[in-house]
Amino acid sequence: MTYWDPRIEKIPQADLKKMQYKLLKSLVYRLYSFSPFYHDRMKEQKVHPDDIRDISDVRKLPFMFKRDLRDNYPDRLFTASQDELVRYHVSSGTTGKPTVVGYTQNDVDIWTTSLARGLTSIGLGRGDVIQVSYGYGLFTGGLGMHYGAERIGATVLPTSVGNTERQIELMQDLKATAIACTPSYLLHIGEVAEKMGISIKNDTCLKTGILGAEPWTESMRTRIEDWLGIKAFDIYGTSELSGPMYTECAEQQGFHIWSDIALVEIIDPKTEEPLEAGEKGEVTITMLQKEALPMIRYRIGDISSMEDGVCSCGRTHPRIRRIQGRVDDMLIIRGINVFPSQVEYTLMTIPEVGQHFQIIVERKGALDDMLVRVELNKGSFSDKINDLMQIRQNVEHRLRNALNVNAEVELVEPGSLPRFEGKSKKVIDKRSM
Amino acid sequence: MDTQKFVIRQISIFSENRPGRLAAIAHALGEEKINILAFSIAEANGFGVVRALVDHPEKAHDKLQSQGFNIAFTDVIAVKMKDQPGGLYEVAKMLGDSGINIEYSYAYSGKEGAVLILRVDHIEEAIKKIKNSGAVLLERSSFHG
Repeated sequence: MTYWDPRIEKIPQADLKKMQYKLLKSLVYRLYSFSPFYHDRMKEQKVHPDDIRDISDVRKLPFMFKRDLRDNYPDRLFTASQDELVRYHVSSGTTGKPTVVGYTQNDVDIWTTSLARGLTSIGLGRGDVIQVSYGYGLFTGGLGMHYGAERIGATVLPTSVGNTERQIELMQDLKATAIACTPSYLLHIGEVAEKMGISIKNDTCLKTGILGAEPWTESMRTRIEDWLGIKAFDIYGTSELSGPMYTECAEQQGFHIWSDIALVEIIDPKTEEPLEAGEKGEVTITMLQKEALPMIRYRIGDISSMEDGVCSCGRTHPRIRRIQGRVDDMLIIRGINVFPSQVEYTLMTIPEVGQHFQIIVERKGALDDMLVRVELNKGSFSDKINDLMQIRQNVEHRLRNALNVNAEVELVEPGSLPRFEGKSKKVIDKRSM
Repeated sequence: MDTQKFVIRQISIFSENRPGRLAAIAHALGEEKINILAFSIAEANGFGVVRALVDHPEKAHDKLQSQGFNIAFTDVIAVKMKDQPGGLYEVAKMLGDSGINIEYSYAYSGKEGAVLILRVDHIEEAIKKIKNSGAVLLERSSFHG
């Protein structure tokens, strides 16, 4: 087992808690004294820095939401002046106005360190060639991963997104051993490679995928690993936290959240009460060392659960499990909560259908109507209408069992559903149009 | 008896039920100078299967596959009919009397007269029974160039 920084990664949990407490205390004092925004928020909440006497007192602090960043566009929440900043990133604004994140040199260093620990825990390091197929630019994925990969001494192949055939050629010619991209883009790469007569499994050196920036599932992992002959690791982060920051370790049992960098809580989104380890709720993160844009109890909107035991890899920092959906991408179909990830999970266990799918929700009369469009795999087509009807019925049946709600299934031609290079958009909710 | 020479390779293409899909298939085949001798469309709710006899099935298969179509080969047989009233009855009665179950079928009337294309469960057995009944089966060579 290799560690980037064993001293901190294997620190006894009691020491870790003490360290977190000290960091939180000084963060709260700093913000209360120097940031009008945090000062006012804490006053409203009737909490003073002196009330923070233990790490669990974090729950006395007010929450922050994405809207706080939007309402203070572009930089009114920054606690560093422009001349202290070394970089901006801007979120794509898929759910509203864009948000701007500023970084001091120290912010970039901590972000990079966090990734260096994660990439090392996956087993990557000097000698690896890491193809970064996240977008470079305002999006944090490309540059963040780039810095992290360089830090561990790997060779970066900065392909960014697009021009997929060339990406595959370079992957082969420069013997990329790992690729970082969205899971949907990796599927696209796999398909394009097959069209070019190249098998990622047999004709490339690729062994590792670092996949994130959109929700995916365990059954998708199995499919990707079997099909492409790689180990696929989940990575987590958002621009508000800095960018992609936390990866799974070789155990593939959730992301290690480095506790000297971030304090994670899982809360009940309705009651706002903290939940126990293992319970499912909304991920809430306090960034303990950020300088330019601090985040306290930031409600990311992702749904997951936390494991706080020592991992079998020896790391003492808590893990959060694979993201199961977003508080705001949950669909309510005839009163039943449906997450697109449940649909994906079910489809990936049915060999006759492909990896790509689309959910279309409409209101027909008083009822919600959910249609799932899915591609029929090559090889599962036999000329017989009956066989096709049976495949469709089977998919409908499996979805009904998994979701507890009826979904109509439409079989479509392979390659006909939209492909995405960045974050995929798999749900079209016509009820809100 | 050499039954193999009567086995004809039909191409079957999975198609969504939306405008322009048949045109896309026909255009691809036209580009490759592939002639369609007979075809039919079977439709279910939302999707269909286009079935065609063409002069170069392998070429058609490769072309359509490269364009992303979901395509399969299916073995069928072709029975000659008299191109006159009662022609179909004669053949259909023979099939019934011989105990041959038809999965699906379509027909065309061309240069060599009227032809009934059949997809059956047990193709070799069916070929033997039809030959024994004295009916005429068209050979593969009369379709595939």
